[in-house]
Amino acid sequence: MASNRTLVEAVREALSEELARDDSVVVYGQDVAVDGGVFRATQGLAETYPERVYDAPVAESGIVGLGVGLAAVGLRPVPEIQFSGFAFQAFHQIQQHVARLHSRTRGTLSCPMTLRTPYGGGIRALEHHSESYEAGYAHIPGLKVVIPSGPADAKGLLASAIRDPDPVLFLEPMRIYRAFREEVPEGDHLVPIGEARVVDPGEDVTVVAWGAMLREARRAAGAVDASVELIDARSISPLDTETITDSVRKTGRCVVVHEAPRSGGMGAEVAARIGEEAFFYLEAPVERVAGYDVPYPLFAREEAYLPDRERILAGIERAIET
Amino acid sequence: MPRETVAEFTVDHVQVLDREGTVDTDLEPDLGEERLEELYRLMKLARRFEERAIALQRRGEIGTYAPAIGQEAAQIGSASALAAEDWMTTSFRESAAYLARGTPIDRLLCYAMGMEEGAEVPEGSRSMPPSIAVGSQALHGVGIGWGQAMLGEEGASLVYFGDGATSEGDVYEALNLAGVYDARTVFFCQNNQYAISVPREEQSRAETLAQKAIAAGIEGIQVDGNDVLGVYAVTRAALARAREGRPTLVEAITYRRSMHTTADDPSVYREPEEERDWEAYDPIDRFETYLRERGVLDDELIAAIEERVEADLEEGIERAMDERDSVDPAEMFDYAYADLPPWVERQREAFEEGPGGASGDGTSAGGHGE
Ligand SMILES: Cc1ncc(C[n+]2csc(CCOP(=O)(O)OP(=O)(O)O)c2C)c(N)n1
Repeated sequence: MASNRTLVEAVREALSEELARDDSVVVYGQDVAVDGGVFRATQGLAETYPERVYDAPVAESGIVGLGVGLAAVGLRPVPEIQFSGFAFQAFHQIQQHVARLHSRTRGTLSCPMTLRTPYGGGIRALEHHSESYEAGYAHIPGLKVVIPSGPADAKGLLASAIRDPDPVLFLEPMRIYRAFREEVPEGDHLVPIGEARVVDPGEDVTVVAWGAMLREARRAAGAVDASVELIDARSISPLDTETITDSVRKTGRCVVVHEAPRSGGMGAEVAARIGEEAFFYLEAPVERVAGYDVPYPLFAREEAYLPDRERILAGIERAIET
Repeated sequence: MPRETVAEFTVDHVQVLDREGTVDTDLEPDLGEERLEELYRLMKLARRFEERAIALQRRGEIGTYAPAIGQEAAQIGSASALAAEDWMTTSFRESAAYLARGTPIDRLLCYAMGMEEGAEVPEGSRSMPPSIAVGSQALHGVGIGWGQAMLGEEGASLVYFGDGATSEGDVYEALNLAGVYDARTVFFCQNNQYAISVPREEQSRAETLAQKAIAAGIEGIQVDGNDVLGVYAVTRAALARAREGRPTLVEAITYRRSMHTTADDPSVYREPEEERDWEAYDPIDRFETYLRERGVLDDELIAAIEERVEADLEEGIERAMDERDSVDPAEMFDYAYADLPPWVERQREAFEEGPGGASGDGTSAGGHGE
């Protein structure tokens, strides 16, 4: 059985089912209870689970730091940070405690927190509401970073994240929260963390993307005169090197697409891994189509900043023509 | 074990103009008729600005907007207490305060239209651009107030934030640091009863937000935030103390009569009765009653003020729209660093060439900024 859902509905379904399945799951964050979250991802949950769904004061460091304590006493915190740009207010908690509790205590304590937060650009939002700094989090050992690109994966990955023994940062691309519907399996549906998905198989060039960029990449792939193997990385950390390098061994060419700034972005990591594992199969340098090395602009200029079909298309063509 | 009280604290509440428009002459600030009329005009301008901004957002002309309808007295009263040499540091709901400081209408609208141009600080202005991250600006206000003391400057620093912001670590740190460094800072908390959907009582168990000053060893005071004269008097006194190195946290009790932002639906979290209750304490109506009784305002003058407000708004909106038509997207590269670094320069060139350009995103050909 499957139902047609948007990404935000799939998130809500996963939360609801995990709350039902496991009494230790606790959902909380700014405006998540009465208001149901500013994107309505938690709508209705507080009515069904009044003892496990809470509004929180405006305090990101507090929200994440609390979760470390909740986890220490055996609960499974699933806090929401209202926008990923404000997870920086909690960055020290994430880096110093969430990601390290397990290693610091030699496994005697753990922090199975799932930190959900809307992420990425393209919705004409205010300053700090559109950034995508996934690379900064992927740089932290001990933390997993997951970015779904559609409703079915959103449900399956979120359920896996909540059940994962390690902390997971779950980034939800706002731009595709309601952009399209997709069949989502009902009931238990788990998508493993750490496995990329080959979206479309192809022979001539590998395109790796994630989050909202996957759709742009797909549009570009459909317009190019070549056979494109499109891969959704899905999990940024751990990154599925094998699926990517297997593909590059076949195609000899790779384009990585992300909306985060180019320098130091995950595209660099993908390129490095290909260099390490599949160097002799490469017929062209790994091409990066990314955001620019500028602060994410206010929305009058955001379209200029974000990679779109044309820029990705040009990137694919460059990779092919080299 | 002996046990005794070692410290006790109180928090005062100030109201100069009561809800019926009667003034307490002992506390009344000494303002001439012209200043009073100006306060009134600014409040009217702010109200109309917010209404127009909501309408512009509904028509898709500006982005998500945070209106402060109902908070005009809190903002106009406090910002009007600033001297030219004082600094103002704001959050995202302070259009009224900017208007009181003389920020042109078109600058505010350009920012709301998603243009960095609107956040430029005009020559000679001592108003920081709005801080979107809740509470993060409180520390900047302390830095300014401390820096002014170090430099031996005349001015003081006024920093705005909301009731929700008082839960942020940055705000606690700011209050504490202001006390430690004798910063010339006044914290102005607009307690408008909600942080998006979360009511004030769920933000903190503290009876007042003003008392958050006490743990930092600085003064905390409450004022009726819908009383423009009370806000003015309290802020002016706090700024005077700040100049002597004594910071204050002012909690202005007010009400956001509008939605949190144009993306918000307040009917989910508050009752219409509550909104109606507060409507009766509208800061503009109350001030108007007082000014009419004092003989400062009459129908004719009010009509003239309203006419001027509409004309100013019309002109500001037109200017902002003209500016939007000439936005150059490539400018996003120009301000990331003081001098355009070579790799960003190449990204700029590639951007201007378009996606088909030989250098792609500007780094694949020609390396990376060598
Ligand atoms: C650090 C941070 N966290 C969350 C948000 C999202 N957000 C915007 S306004 C707001 C509520 C702020 O409430 P308050 O401080 O009372 O100010 P008000 O909006 O009432 O003026 C929140 C949570 C943000 N902008 N910044």
